[in-house]
Amino acid sequence: MQLTLWTYEGPPHIGAIRVATAMNGLHFVLHAPQGDTYADLLFTMIERRAERPPVTYTTFQARDLGSDTAEIFKASAYEAFERFSPRAMIVGASCTAELLQDDPGGLARALDLPIPVIPLELSAYDKKENWGAAETLYRLARGLSGGRRQRPSRPRPLANLLGPTALGFRHRDDTVEISKLLGALGVDIGVTAPLGASPDDLTRLGEADFNIVLYPEIALPTAQYLEKAHGQPYTRTAPIGVGATRDFIAEVRALASLNASAPLQESKIEESRLPWWSRSVDSTYLTAKRVFIFGDATHALAAERIAREEMGFDVVGLGTYSREWAREVRERAKVHDIEALITDDYLEVEEAIAAAQPDLVLGTQMERHIAKRLQLPCAVISSPTHVQDFPARYAPQMGFEGANVIFDAWVHPLMMGLEEHLLGMFREDSEFHEGASASHLGAFSAPQRAPAAQAPPLSALAEKSAPLDPQWSDEASKELRKIPFFVRGKARGNTEKFARERGLTTISLGTLYDAKAHYGR
Amino acid sequence: MNQTVSLRPPAPGAPPLVQERGQREVFCGLTGIVWLHRKIQDAFFLVVGSRTCAHLIQSAAGVMIFAEPRFATAILDQRDLAGIADINDELDRVVSRLLERRPDIKLLFLVASCPSEVIKIDLVRAARRLSRQHEPRARVLSYSGSGIEKTFTEGEDACLAALVPELPAEAATAAPSLLVVGALADIVEDQFAAIFADIGIADARFLPMRRASAMPAVGPNTRFLLAQPFLAETARALESRGARRLAAPFPLGAEGTTLWLKAAADAFGVPASRFETAVAPGRARAQKSLTRHIERLSGKRIFFFPDSQLEIPLARFLAREVGMRPIEVATPYLHRQLLEEELALLPSEARLFEGPDVDRQLDRCRAARPDLTVCGLGLANPLEAEGLPTKWSIELLFTPIQGYDQAGDLAELFARPLARRSRLEV
Ligand code: SF4
Ligand code: SF4
Repeated sequence: MQLTLWTYEGPPHIGAIRVATAMNGLHFVLHAPQGDTYADLLFTMIERRAERPPVTYTTFQARDLGSDTAEIFKASAYEAFERFSPRAMIVGASCTAELLQDDPGGLARALDLPIPVIPLELSAYDKKENWGAAETLYRLARGLSGGRRQRPSRPRPLANLLGPTALGFRHRDDTVEISKLLGALGVDIGVTAPLGASPDDLTRLGEADFNIVLYPEIALPTAQYLEKAHGQPYTRTAPIGVGATRDFIAEVRALASLNASAPLQESKIEESRLPWWSRSVDSTYLTAKRVFIFGDATHALAAERIAREEMGFDVVGLGTYSREWAREVRERAKVHDIEALITDDYLEVEEAIAAAQPDLVLGTQMERHIAKRLQLPCAVISSPTHVQDFPARYAPQMGFEGANVIFDAWVHPLMMGLEEHLLGMFREDSEFHEGASASHLGAFSAPQRAPAAQAPPLSALAEKSAPLDPQWSDEASKELRKIPFFVRGKARGNTEKFARERGLTTISLGTLYDAKAHYGR
Repeated sequence: MNQTVSLRPPAPGAPPLVQERGQREVFCGLTGIVWLHRKIQDAFFLVVGSRTCAHLIQSAAGVMIFAEPRFATAILDQRDLAGIADINDELDRVVSRLLERRPDIKLLFLVASCPSEVIKIDLVRAARRLSRQHEPRARVLSYSGSGIEKTFTEGEDACLAALVPELPAEAATAAPSLLVVGALADIVEDQFAAIFADIGIADARFLPMRRASAMPAVGPNTRFLLAQPFLAETARALESRGARRLAAPFPLGAEGTTLWLKAAADAFGVPASRFETAVAPGRARAQKSLTRHIERLSGKRIFFFPDSQLEIPLARFLAREVGMRPIEVATPYLHRQLLEEELALLPSEARLFEGPDVDRQLDRCRAARPDLTVCGLGLANPLEAEGLPTKWSIELLFTPIQGYDQAGDLAELFARPLARRSRLEV
């Protein structure tokens, strides 16, 4: 039994729905009670999909238990087949139905439908959303890709693009960007799956020369299966960031037996602007900004590399909720002399961020909320997502255009911070009254800390004032307020730590500057 | 399944009701936690359930406004199911830790879910045991929000029903008192309290109360008014403590609010003139605020998917006060007795459905092409994409809509999607 306030991932059947919703002509019959239909809104509201997910929920009730929940499943599956005429069907159970042990796979088989019906074992009590998506894609590939076949020799190599799903963070645009890139490199795309694929498309998976794994959390088991079953090698680099995209290109060229050293301009590939934007003097202020990174493993690891190699940041926190990838993330954390944070406990992440007092948080929607509460700049780099992570404009994370998008997305919140600092500097001027804040913070900025009144102020580490804590003198706290807000928290924390360590009960102006000298870079 | 199972013979004057089976596209009773935890300010809701339950509440709540909200899920895992871990020990551990961490919590609800019910975790007993352990520091109660037992708003009903046995007893000799039942926005509550005071019913009480320490007393001289139409179990529980329900339509719109207040006034012997003087200004304000919307809404055909059980009172209000034409009104459950006064006011054109099959209802909706469709979040964008304007229904539970001074806001919720459409040229 685990106490959970907010979750990074939904249950495994949500992953299965993400795969089904991404595809065309696939229908999912899910043995589940009525409340589980909430899943539809994730897709229709957060992602603004114009169609309902292709899911039929059996919505059995207490009065059906023990008598005819199996019959209800069969009837629902049959009616879904008749109504939606899918080309293939997946069937499974959510947490409650798993307990009933009705065996959706067996029941569906008994219906003897004239289409492939693929059963899913979703293990609701020990697996989660990404696993569910990976398992579903793997089962589909296994069930539909057929036997190994002779691949014809072609003028251009052929690759499948694996991993993009519905509700994925920028999957829509990543797919476009990487397809363009591959085309320019001289590689044709066979099947893109699951996004936009039909069950019939999946029967052609075995025709490609190799596979591109866009999101390992979702596509790796499928790629491994296809390697075994169809002898197709697959890519290991997620092309997020300039360096990773270059590595990815090299990897693709090797797999496709293309000239590894052909200049990219020849293929009309436009390199990213990130390197120059980062080198230009305007970006000097980005140097050694302290960033805290948390997300799924793929995006967290990619962000770590970008932060280090391409932005010149200091990584002060690195973590993931994808436990399956803990080893890789731990390895990377070592480079920065920090302990990786492997957890799906939101409170632990909040605590770590509050303690690190970073200049910038790179995280999921959850970290965005944490950062808002701690008044830290933040950019979203990974699922879980919210409606604003599905922008109207083209905004990939992958490829060279993705690197441009990332540069802007990460620098923008820091610039906001700067602007706020300027506002603060002019605070005493008559046209800037004391309470003025940058307009992007809207109405929320001032009362942000209000929830602390109901929740213990775990989030307000900086404001904690236990009886033994040193007290700020008026003079010192006035001085503290002159320090730019984005380093103020750190200054406050360091000074208090400094004072505590020396057993001081009062923080004077002198203490503040002693601490500054002590911790100064 | 999926065919119409029965056609209830209509009671005289009431529209016929069609019941369906098939896929129900309605939230489960856990959803009520999203507004109940804000209403009872020192209560905590602990769902004993699965990752799905946690995800549902998180998704329904939409945004994470609170670092540590006053709800959480104790997620059952393989060890609990396999009996490796003793569920009661686990629960004790989780609850103790929670109460330790949250000294502000005075009332803890253990909320049952589908998984906890299917594996037969007895939360009623667990709550009793935990209460003994933690009282007077905190009281522990339980109710079911599970999707196999409760749709959407029935969760609030179950929660309030669980509170009723805890309410202090009022002496049999006490003067008659009024209890208003059903979660309302604080501002609406205050308005009602003021009107009741105006007409001479002093000290109206409200359930749920805002704090655990302020539970209203109940006894044979308690008269209660339901502020929400989905509180059948709560009403029964109150009646079993001797309280008497005052039958009335629900306080939506000028007319609904007046009739609702009148039911109380009559029960308390308030003279007609005093009542009239007290309500006239509010009613006039409500009517005035509605006129702005009549032009846009009058004559428009409206279609309801089932959601909050507010559908029938809403249809009645929209038909009688702004001239809309409800063509299909579907509700997850219909408590005939509680809605008798509403049904009598509903135009006969409206077809009534209970627990409809979502696919078949979508067929009917597409065929009817109503001017406005009221539906849940899962259906709204798909219908909009088909050119059918929608109003998402969950907003009706998060927005103050009851009473005179909210009547205009309520109409506006329906007018806005239409106004928006008339502006857009893209
Ligand atoms: S329907 Fe049941 S399993 Fe699903 S979220 Fe509601 S209580 Fe949990
Ligand atoms: S006004 Fe606000 S949003 Fe606009 S640039 Fe300044 S900080 Fe950013």
